[in-house]
Amino acid sequence: MSATNNVAQARKLVEQLRLEAGLERVKVSKAASDLMGYCERQARADPLLVGVPASENPFKDKKPCAIL
Amino acid sequence: MATDGLHENETLASLRSEAESLKGKLDEERAKLHDVELHQVAERVEALGQFVMKTRRTLKGHGNKVLCMDWCKDKRRIVSSSQDGKVIVWDSFSTNKEHAVTMPCTWVMACAYAPSGCAIACGGLDNKCSVYPLTFDKNENMAAKKKSVAMHTNYLSACSFTNSDMQGCDKKAMVWDMRSGQCVQAFETHESDINSVRYYPSGDAFASGSDDATCRLYDLRADREVAIYSKESIIFGASSVDFSLSGRLLFAGYNDYTINVWDVLKGSRVSILFGHENRVSTLRVSPDGTAFCSGSWDHTLRVWA
Repeated sequence: MSATNNVAQARKLVEQLRLEAGLERVKVSKAASDLMGYCERQARADPLLVGVPASENPFKDKKPCAIL
Repeated sequence: MATDGLHENETLASLRSEAESLKGKLDEERAKLHDVELHQVAERVEALGQFVMKTRRTLKGHGNKVLCMDWCKDKRRIVSSSQDGKVIVWDSFSTNKEHAVTMPCTWVMACAYAPSGCAIACGGLDNKCSVYPLTFDKNENMAAKKKSVAMHTNYLSACSFTNSDMQGCDKKAMVWDMRSGQCVQAFETHESDINSVRYYPSGDAFASGSDDATCRLYDLRADREVAIYSKESIIFGASSVDFSLSGRLLFAGYNDYTINVWDVLKGSRVSILFGHENRVSTLRVSPDGTAFCSGSWDHTLRVWA
């Protein structure tokens, strides 16, 4: 019984590895430049990256005006 | 019978050797494409300036460790769950508690806000995932309206309203196709348990945080790890990670009570945030990216901006 289980498991593993081996991959240089491109395009819209003025960020305290 | 046994052994041996050769082939294929490091390509990107991020709100009310939190799509409400058995919905602007549900068990390890904003899901040691519709009617008993949506054979460690197609189990991160139920990619480079995984905003990569004190970035199209975020001085595990909206920053909460902010492209740390008085257990950036919230074993949640 355990022998058939082992074979079944081994078969599943081989099938899974075949799937993974057959994947189409890109070079790291291409993948890296794509990631960089995405960051650059989205940078302006990232409040935590570029910072937003206190008046626009609901979490930042708006400083009250002081009359000197 | 004897011949059957022999046949089985041959098949097993041949399958095992095929598996080994396939693993070797996979490593070869991945290595072939490793022509450059991400941080090298990122050398031409402008370095990030100084970051000033502070705790802007502290949410107090849980009686024990905060284990999980999630943001509502309205960018202000937060749901959190705790070892005290309570699930609380907060208005993060005012820090008011809007709803509180007592679960029948302690260690509510997972909670999530429905995209509609009208319900929350949670679960933990009760092995169930329950959905509670949120009501502002004081006469309604929230607990009475609860619906059980899933029964697991062990405790619920995470739940999400959208297809959560990633899973960190042991040292392996696996990517699943939800339609076929197949694992399509697997990555095993961490040296210890993975505690948290999060997709890069473009969907082409994901980050992981692990007990080996590192966070790593895996690119799905290159099918390999492309960055490690670590420092010799960081020796405690990372419990939770999340990206800023553009994917340039990675926020990671650690078991040494700190939050480290990493430059995803250059691989360097840009900031370290202190404030929590115990392990950071959960961390999520708000839907519009203006802030992020961290939950801790110190019973509180902090909103940083």
